[in-house]
Amino acid sequence: MPLPTYTPKDFATDQDVRWCPGCGDYAVLTAVRKALPKLGHRREDYVFVSGIGCAARFPYYMNTYGLHTIHGRSLAVATGIKLANPELQICVVSGDGDLFSIGGNHTIHAMRRNVDLTVLLLNNRIYGLTKGQYSPTSEQGKVTKSSPMGSPDFPVNPIALAVASGCTLIARTIDVDMKHFDAVYVRAMEHKGTSFVEVYQDCNIFNHKAWFYASQKESKFDATVVVEHGKPLIFGKDRDKGIRLRNGSPEVVTIGHGVSEADLLVHDETDRTLAFVYSQMAHPEFPEPIGVLYAETGKPTYDELVHEQIHAAREQRKGTEAEALQQLLHGAETWTVEQ
Amino acid sequence: MSDTHAEPTRLAEAVVRFCGDSGDGMQLAGGQFADTSAIYGNDFATFPDFPAEIRAPRGTTFGVSGFQIHFSDHDIFTPGDAVQTLVAMNPAGFKTNIDDVESGGTVIVDEDEFTSTGLTKCGYPKDYNPLDDDAVIQKYRIIKVPISRLTRESLATSDLGAKAIDRCRNMYALGIVYWLYDRPLEPTIRFLERTFSERKKQPEIADLNIRALKAGYYFGETAELWQQRHRVVAAPQQAGTYRRISGNEAVVLGFVTAAHKAGKSLTYASYPITPASDIIHGLSRLKQFGVRTFQAEDEIAAVCAAIGASFAGDIGVTGTSGPGLALKGEALGLAVMMELPLVVVDVQRAGPSTGMPTKTEQADLFQAMYGRSGESPCIVLAPCTPSDCFTMAIEAVRLATAHMCPVILLSDAYIANGAEPWRVPDLGDIPSIDVQHPAADENANEFHPYDRINENLARPWAIPGTPGLEHRLGGLEKQAVTGSVSYDPDNHDAMLKLRADKVQRAAKSIPPVEVYGDQSGEMLVLGWGGTYGSLRTAVDQLRACGASVSLAHLRYLHPFPSNLGDVLKRFERVVVPEINLGQLSRVIRAEFLFDAVPINSARGRPLGVEMLVEEIAAIMNSGEVLA
Repeated sequence: MPLPTYTPKDFATDQDVRWCPGCGDYAVLTAVRKALPKLGHRREDYVFVSGIGCAARFPYYMNTYGLHTIHGRSLAVATGIKLANPELQICVVSGDGDLFSIGGNHTIHAMRRNVDLTVLLLNNRIYGLTKGQYSPTSEQGKVTKSSPMGSPDFPVNPIALAVASGCTLIARTIDVDMKHFDAVYVRAMEHKGTSFVEVYQDCNIFNHKAWFYASQKESKFDATVVVEHGKPLIFGKDRDKGIRLRNGSPEVVTIGHGVSEADLLVHDETDRTLAFVYSQMAHPEFPEPIGVLYAETGKPTYDELVHEQIHAAREQRKGTEAEALQQLLHGAETWTVEQ
Repeated sequence: MSDTHAEPTRLAEAVVRFCGDSGDGMQLAGGQFADTSAIYGNDFATFPDFPAEIRAPRGTTFGVSGFQIHFSDHDIFTPGDAVQTLVAMNPAGFKTNIDDVESGGTVIVDEDEFTSTGLTKCGYPKDYNPLDDDAVIQKYRIIKVPISRLTRESLATSDLGAKAIDRCRNMYALGIVYWLYDRPLEPTIRFLERTFSERKKQPEIADLNIRALKAGYYFGETAELWQQRHRVVAAPQQAGTYRRISGNEAVVLGFVTAAHKAGKSLTYASYPITPASDIIHGLSRLKQFGVRTFQAEDEIAAVCAAIGASFAGDIGVTGTSGPGLALKGEALGLAVMMELPLVVVDVQRAGPSTGMPTKTEQADLFQAMYGRSGESPCIVLAPCTPSDCFTMAIEAVRLATAHMCPVILLSDAYIANGAEPWRVPDLGDIPSIDVQHPAADENANEFHPYDRINENLARPWAIPGTPGLEHRLGGLEKQAVTGSVSYDPDNHDAMLKLRADKVQRAAKSIPPVEVYGDQSGEMLVLGWGGTYGSLRTAVDQLRACGASVSLAHLRYLHPFPSNLGDVLKRFERVVVPEINLGQLSRVIRAEFLFDAVPINSARGRPLGVEMLVEEIAAIMNSGEVLA
């Protein structure tokens, strides 16, 4: 059956979108609705799954199948959906609290299993829905309602955690950069295996401007470096700066003055070690890498492996399901009582 | 001098217990004794009792593993209170089990193990050996057999090492008991050949074990240590094909059968926990029936994955034990709110907290009924015997799919591990489970996931992948019909009542509770779940003495069978024996304003029949009987 021609409107619901005016989630919602028509799947095959948090309202606004579940558990629910029906296209939309506090465990395990789904982390580095406490990605020393003297917690590093958990596609993008988001999101949805996309997302009520260094014109060219497979890491407004590897560690260099483009680090998205290097590059010491940081193909997905086993077991089964089941009910040892 | 070749005396029933170190193969020996009794045609009930430690230090009381079997020439319902013949492979087993042996009972010990080291290891005073204690010798018939030495001697020609030979001690002991109770050796020989020669490709191990078994048997025949052998003849049973089944095995078969009967695939998601783990072990071997098993990272992930699977159209099931159910509570509330079918099997164990993980209790009733935030009603069922676990697992799936709500199945450690004969059902006799999914509707303007068309108030189960029925479910309160998020106060009040009403309406399709004994009278014993065997036996004993006592045993706890109120009114008094501190009795009092008298004992073991008879009789004679 040919795929219907969708427009972003086909993915909108009649529900009023109730995020705060100016919330970065709006941009992501618009971008996702725009990206789906490019993906080549029928609308009924999409399932959006979320936990709790502002971002978790996402499924209500997508005219697909969807589940708004409980705090931190979206990936566990999504794993169950995929187990039951691997044909479904699953996108988990979640926040930094959901994925790295209460759901940290499930994040690690979904990634190491390589469940075929896409995780969108809308990271605003704050608890928005509970009105402004520090989150697991908040910087140390952050002053909030629950940390009046500054948070003593050191933040989790989402990219490093994804690398360590064996995630097979790891990317980072920014809410207001619609074009970049689109490219990364399409890539993530098309990837077979767990895709993890960290989105720098602005909470203009409780943590406004947290990512402005990475999103605003005046600073972003120096504060971020866009990585593309096979291309050197060049950044800066005048594209005169680059990243060089020295003894395995990144180093910011200026092109010219004895450093040429050929000396720069060339992005290899299949290199997991490099992905870890990227995870350590943090503002303001380094520009933060944006783009597909790591992509591994060929690793079997969890759902695939489970269903292969089921298929193999079914092939070996003797007789119809009913006959085999009757045999199973009998078990290994029976005895007969005659009338 | 006794004549061991005389015809064995006939017994109506016997209780035998094997005990020794965990690792001594006591569960295997006991299981074989049960299988042999089954094939021989006896009715039987078993009670495996093992320690929480996998391998406690050898010879200590913490490491004692026991297996009790009650077999008979008539219907029986419990593994028995008092032990008639005990096999103790070491002093620790002797010490921890001897008090359960009836006065005059036989105790076979491996005397090689009763060394001063062995005796002090399990805490006997220095220079004390119970085998030399007059009080012990007077009370029991102690048969001292050098089992270790005789096993080694009879297998001395083997090339296999001392360790492999010593592992055959259990078979030697089993051989002795087989001789004592006039049991055939063939079923166990067949089992050993099947297990070691065929499956594990170790024919030499099979041979060693078979030789030990026979050596034990011939020792019994020649040693002339017994005044009498016993024989328990076959029990009259309905014609048919039978097998031995434990509760956990029956749950596995019930779930896979239910999925087959519903024409659906089963997703079982679980996190290992005693005593429920055997369910995932069993189901993970059934992939040929499309069963997907998911060993989750934790209990919460397990229930959430089962919910996801249900949403996607599978029969979503999760299994656990008490502490695990506590962790699943929040997600269960989600399933209540989403109105998705979900089955949770809780194999109850002694709590609170980690409690006594290998011991039985029925103290999760309140948790199952009320252990969630908000007004969060679930259907609650409880199988009453090992084989009933099969029936009730199917019932759980039927009710979950018919009413679109979670169903909690309260098994317990006792029936989960205990085994009994089971007449293998004919698959064709088991009714189909009618599951409906709304069909694709490409022209639909909007699908209403909470539009209830059934008289049972169940909402439609539309599954992802179906064109035109795209919809969103969540944990937030929803508007009736559309399912949109709603904070309207009247709507919330109405939805709470509707969800409660929906669960109540399940009572229309559950069977009425039956009364065993007189349909009205002086005393009704009201029980639930795995205590059925003890209660039935106690009621039989009281009735045999002429007491007006009847039994009503509940397998449906929420909602209750619709005739329960009427049944209670027909009796002057109601006692509610439970392995907890009074949970059902409180529910009965609250629901029916009926003065249900609790009898509570929570010792990690099935209720003792003798204790029940005494307590019920005492209440009957207390003069407090209401006119």
